Amino acid sequence: MTKKIKTLNLNFGPQHPAAHGVLRLILELDGEVVEKADPHIGLLHRGTEKLIENKTYMQAVPYFDRLDYVAPMNQEHAFALAIEKILQIEVPIRAQFIRVMFCEIGRILSHILNVTTQALDVGALTPSLWGFEERETLMTFYERVSGSRLHANYFRAGGVHQDLPRGLADDILDFCESFPKIIDDLETLLTDNRIFKQRNVDIGIVSKEDALDYSFSGVMIRGSGVPWDLRKSQPYDCYEQLDFKIPVGKNGDCYDRYLCRIEEMRESVGIIKQCIAKMTKGPIKSLDGKISPPLKKDIKQSMESLIHHFKLFTEGYRVNKDEIYTAVEAPKGEFGVYLISDGTSKPYKCKIRAPGFSHLQAMDYLIKGHMLADVPAVLGSLDIVFGEVDR
Amino acid sequence: MNNLNDLEKKINSELNTKIKNSEIRHNQLYISIDCHDLVDVCIFLKSNKNTKFRQLIEITAVDYPEATKRFKIVYLFLSHEFNYRIILSYFINENEVIPSLTSIFPSANWMERELFDMYGVNFKDHPDLRRILTDYGFEGHPLRKDFPLTGHVESRYSEDQKKVINEPVKLEQNYRNFDYESPWKGTEYIKRQTEKNDEKN
Repeated sequence: MTKKIKTLNLNFGPQHPAAHGVLRLILELDGEVVEKADPHIGLLHRGTEKLIENKTYMQAVPYFDRLDYVAPMNQEHAFALAIEKILQIEVPIRAQFIRVMFCEIGRILSHILNVTTQALDVGALTPSLWGFEERETLMTFYERVSGSRLHANYFRAGGVHQDLPRGLADDILDFCESFPKIIDDLETLLTDNRIFKQRNVDIGIVSKEDALDYSFSGVMIRGSGVPWDLRKSQPYDCYEQLDFKIPVGKNGDCYDRYLCRIEEMRESVGIIKQCIAKMTKGPIKSLDGKISPPLKKDIKQSMESLIHHFKLFTEGYRVNKDEIYTAVEAPKGEFGVYLISDGTSKPYKCKIRAPGFSHLQAMDYLIKGHMLADVPAVLGSLDIVFGEVDR
Repeated sequence: MNNLNDLEKKINSELNTKIKNSEIRHNQLYISIDCHDLVDVCIFLKSNKNTKFRQLIEITAVDYPEATKRFKIVYLFLSHEFNYRIILSYFINENEVIPSLTSIFPSANWMERELFDMYGVNFKDHPDLRRILTDYGFEGHPLRKDFPLTGHVESRYSEDQKKVINEPVKLEQNYRNFDYESPWKGTEYIKRQTEKNDEKN
């Protein structure tokens, strides 16, 4: 006697706490086994690339905060580097250290969020409560330097907007002293936790070959044992002067990716410490008056500075005709900006390469044959943020 | 990345008929090819032991509405082994159908869907060519230069019809596009005027 088996279609999201945002995942289930996953994205599409084409280079920076909104400054960095390369601006060394320091703070912000919410998805509540306290401290650093906790709008082509306020470096150092203890605490809750391991070990395995074929980057490719990090392989800003290690996974499963993130947080703390130690006094943005606005006190005194300021903030600076791709190692992977300038003060085309886009694409490949309960675990370890996937 | 020159020579000698132009700028190799050579070039770049461009980073298009060949299609590749980046590009007409790379790079799937969605570029042999980022039932291709920034429709929930409806965009204030680009030629303008007047007199 033959029995006809019917697959069940399940709509996961778009409003689901474990979907990490607005993901609509259409799952085809055979019993509890997932046979096919079809992610529907674009529910958070805001047309960032179109908007950037209609804004000056300086006005475009805030849009980058809103892509991966858990680590805003890392995105701004890619855009700033693209303009700097075209205009061949030299960035003062202090500005480079400040930028790298805040990028690493962004990395910690992102990894705390990911590690703790992944734990939340598989049933552990406490890590997120402990982790979010630290995120709050880090976001006050963002606030003190840029004026806002999330959407910083702090990096500029040629440097950063403002110098560090007095006392901030010391407070960041204090944080670096206390934070490793918090990572240890998180690890006591998760790393050897039986339930956490049962839910993550051997789940969502990515082989080396597939990681390359599916355009994975960041932790997703390092977790599978490919030692690739743009901070080391194609260093930008002052990463060459810093000493840090790249954690690499072995099995390419969710658990290895979790371990990589934990280790990366420790390395980031080290980088921040080195940045503060090596930071010397000096200018924090390019001294080229055609790019950087004049000082406030000059505007009060000199007519030319006032005009200059006006022109820079209305028309903006012009960028000569060129085409460039720059990428940075954002917490989620390779974040790139493909910029085409046409000699005016607005970009002709600005394509944003978001790491999460390619990661989410592989969802079907990753989840096929797994149980329904593994969907949140795999999704959590992909580290998806819809701001950047949908753009 | 000092061997970029060698790579350029190598690629040019192996694929000499297929490469239209190559150039090194900003430590990246820019190559332009013909549309119909795309698959051959990609297979070569991916499999040759001296290039090994194993990863397709991104596919994108640039719209030049005035040009006879309207779209420039751009492919970015990365070779982890040799730490090179390569930017491959070609121009196509508006209605041209281009080959899909999904059989060579599985990650091309969504990237091509995005191109189809945003620019209306059609792909041959794509397994699943649907819109990806825009809404279900969306019309038009938003990243084309002739698509207005404000869009054509806005959606809201209608209490009467008990469903989400689309209406033509109505804005209280139009999008203000200030022309900051116009050069300051005020003084020159007046001078030219007076010169013209002088000639008349």
